[in-house]
Amino acid sequence: MNISVELHTLGELHVKGIIGGEIDAFTAPILREKLKEITLQDNMHVELNLMDVSYMDSTGLGVFVGFYKSISAANGHMELTGLSSRLKRLFDITGLVEIMDIQETDKEVKKDETV
Amino acid sequence: MKPFDYVEMRLPAKPQYVSVARLTISGLANRIGFTYDDIEDLKIATSEAITNAVQHAYADNEEGEVVIGCALYEGKIEIMVADHGKSFDFEETKAKIGPYHNLEEVSFLREGGLGLYLIETLMDEVKVHHQDGVTVFMTKHVGVERVDQNVEHVPS
Repeated sequence: MNISVELHTLGELHVKGIIGGEIDAFTAPILREKLKEITLQDNMHVELNLMDVSYMDSTGLGVFVGFYKSISAANGHMELTGLSSRLKRLFDITGLVEIMDIQETDKEVKKDETV
Repeated sequence: MKPFDYVEMRLPAKPQYVSVARLTISGLANRIGFTYDDIEDLKIATSEAITNAVQHAYADNEEGEVVIGCALYEGKIEIMVADHGKSFDFEETKAKIGPYHNLEEVSFLREGGLGLYLIETLMDEVKVHHQDGVTVFMTKHVGVERVDQNVEHVPS
């Protein structure tokens, strides 16, 4: 409902996902199912762009942890890109930034509406 | 007059209502002057507590309700989230909630306690109470680190 997930196949082993909206208890299962559509192969590279994610909590972290585990088990690589400083902070305080490949957006963080 | 305004929400224990509660909390926090970042923290902490209640209700196949009580003070917000669906007397329930014991509560949230960990990190004070379900009580103060910005001195 409040989430959008687009998957683009850029090459045989390269998928880019663009995620937007809110990731919470309601939308996390939608994201999890969508990511399951990616056929994981050896040496696969999956970039997930989170530039348009305006809200995320531990349910979203859980989905990325799950996908990270699956793709790592398949010798692939997951890259999270376009994170706002708010989103990056969640990966910082949970320590996930230490194990995952996370790229913060270098542009000035756009202020999402608070309400 | 009571020292705080009280707002209570009762929502079905279903994931689609977590965002509704979050938006309401955001609006209430805005009224008492929280910064953008603090409001985002409150939204996450409240969602974590409600998500826990919703998942608890789901696991037990219950058609439950979640009750979210918010006490708005000048300079702080207290939020209580209960998964038993019964309304509470905010002050009475608050008084019953004891100090939070890390060891006991660590398993109450699924996913390795990530949700509870976030609540603890994002809020100033957290207490958890087990009796007829789980009640989470949390407090956040307005601008703890930036007191100088909005200080108003009341002449004595």
